[in-house]
Amino acid sequence: MRSGRRRLSFAWIATLPFFAYTILFLFLPAASVLIGAFQNDKSGYSLSNIRTLFHHPYIDAYEGSIKLSLVTAAIGGIAGLFIAYAALREGTPKWIRSTLTTFSGVAANFGGIPLAFAFIASLGPLGVLTLFFKNQLHFDITAHGFSLFSMTGIGLAYMYFQLPLMILVIAPAIDGVRKEWREASANLGASQFQFWRYVGIPVLMPSILGAIILLFGNAFAAYATAYGINSGANLITIFIGAYYSGNVLNNPHLAQAMAFGMFVVLAVMMIVYIPLQRRAARWAK
Amino acid sequence: MAYLELQNLHRDFGTVKALDGIEIELGEGEFLSLLGPSGCGKTTALRLVAGFDRPDAGAIVVDGKNLTNVAPNKRDMGMVFQAYSLFPNMTARQNVEYGLRIRGKDRADRRKRVSDLLELVGLGHAADRYPHQLSGGMQQRVALARALAIEPRVLLLDEPLSALDAKVRVQLREEIRRIQLDLGITTLYVTHDQEEALSVSDHVAVMYGGRIEQMGSPAEMYSAPATPFVAEFIGTMNRLEGTVVDGGVEHAGTTLRIEAAQERPRGERVLVLVRPETVEVGPANGGSGVNTLVGNVVTQTFLGPVTRLKILGEGVDVIADVPTQKALSLPVGTRVAAVLPAEGARLLVLKEDLPQIPEEPASASR
Ligand SMILES: Nc1ncnc2c1ncn2[C@@H]1O[C@H](COP(=O)(O)OP(=O)(O)OP(=O)(O)O)[C@@H](O)[C@H]1O
Ligand SMILES: [Mg+2]
Repeated sequence: MRSGRRRLSFAWIATLPFFAYTILFLFLPAASVLIGAFQNDKSGYSLSNIRTLFHHPYIDAYEGSIKLSLVTAAIGGIAGLFIAYAALREGTPKWIRSTLTTFSGVAANFGGIPLAFAFIASLGPLGVLTLFFKNQLHFDITAHGFSLFSMTGIGLAYMYFQLPLMILVIAPAIDGVRKEWREASANLGASQFQFWRYVGIPVLMPSILGAIILLFGNAFAAYATAYGINSGANLITIFIGAYYSGNVLNNPHLAQAMAFGMFVVLAVMMIVYIPLQRRAARWAK
Repeated sequence: MAYLELQNLHRDFGTVKALDGIEIELGEGEFLSLLGPSGCGKTTALRLVAGFDRPDAGAIVVDGKNLTNVAPNKRDMGMVFQAYSLFPNMTARQNVEYGLRIRGKDRADRRKRVSDLLELVGLGHAADRYPHQLSGGMQQRVALARALAIEPRVLLLDEPLSALDAKVRVQLREEIRRIQLDLGITTLYVTHDQEEALSVSDHVAVMYGGRIEQMGSPAEMYSAPATPFVAEFIGTMNRLEGTVVDGGVEHAGTTLRIEAAQERPRGERVLVLVRPETVEVGPANGGSGVNTLVGNVVTQTFLGPVTRLKILGEGVDVIADVPTQKALSLPVGTRVAAVLPAEGARLLVLKEDLPQIPEEPASASR
């Protein structure tokens, strides 16, 4: 009895650093953002910062961030799904599979300034690929409307980590699609397409939805990659960065309100996601 | 005329000859079990019939039509897998309905047929449950109903009971047989359990190393095994090595009077096959009678109505099944005389080394 209690209290002590860390660096900042968002310079409470968010340029920055996140999550999610399936299906050589997962593990975590630099060096106005297209293939991507500094350009850079992240997250689910299901389906007269339509995709749907929401959050919170490519991009994280560093206008309360707005966007995403997820997974335990 | 024919099927995987010339002819409505140890090619044969795999040589013919190169979804074969083959996102009813839906059958007909089938397999009450809400045995019943829904030309079952516990296994195999007879559906059944194969089949084919060792009715397979392998694999068999001499077979210093030895040339090396239930056991009392081997009881295994005795002596190693009541008077350590029957024992000529019988495979190994 006594020793049981002693072991329990030791377990608690061992977790203390973790809790201390979480409180110091997660809850306290979150609380300060939450409170600060509703304060003004004279340390009184007000809604004026929140109201400001609904006006130009802030509302546009939210729109930019949400669009960029939705588009890169959707494209990355769908393309990643197909690539992962192609690599994992029976008959694909083992080495392709292991190469792809290793590469994805690295690429999904490659971001920020190094990624921005890599894209500027390859697809910037004087990047090697841009010049290669122009000089060797006589195709001027700039003249055809492509700019790395545009949202499309930033989105393209985001794909570099979105796609591998999807592959990593969805691979276990694809492995879970049993060979017996495919064979039973064929045996009962169904085509490949019918199998995916009635069995494969529905079975994967909860995982796909979960993965896409993860990709959305991943893009929504990204900062350094976009900043490194175009420090003036119309994204909410870049606005917050600018305000915090104070080189535009020092108003920490407005920055806190913007961060609070990001919480709200993610919360809304979750509110949409949870019932969808529940519906997709209604057959599961 | 045969309804289902497997003609000289060959299938190699690298250096492994998974199938090495399989020939089977099965009449319409008949039930054939493919029986054999793990790795002998049973699943490979069934997958060729279902069309999931193609043979390197040979043909599969159903009702006179060559299906060898027909895609699996155009074959009209109903397959029941070992386990976990139900679509997890569909209820039992939707699983059974799947093949009919794919075929574009009318909704009302579909519902009727699905309900009938679920009744047939005893699951009318569980129609709206998802697979994870069904026990293993119930899942296999649904899988059977799903395979039957499309009125397949041939029903294929690959160890459908091996993931279930013993009691459910016996119950379900009888039900499978009942339904098969009811519907008169031609059936290929794969198992490594000889008791299962003998109890439900019209014909049994024992496979070993990608070949069929012997094919026949369950009674033939049991009473007249054609090879040492079949003798060992089906039921339990004493296999006594010996040499043909005048008047019988010389084994462990005794001449056994075996009728079957009379037609054999003297000096030939043979195996005497004796079923344990035909061996008579009594206390050893000095003088040795005809066909008597003497040894000590070393183990007793209780099998219900009979008890199996293992008897070891000088050059003697015999298994005998005796009525349990009698076994009580022959405890371990008793010196006993085991009398072999002169008739009923079979002889096999020893040509090559005996194949080793592998251990029972772990239940889910594939
Ligand atoms: N896809 C494959 N690739 C390589 N070898 C295979 C393949 N399928 C089967 N084999 C080999 O072919 C042989 C026969 O396999 P099969 O699965 O038909 O055996 P089985 O009789 O069904 O055994 P079990 O009772 O264990 O299911 C085995 O040696 C197996 O290793
Ligand atoms: Mg098998």
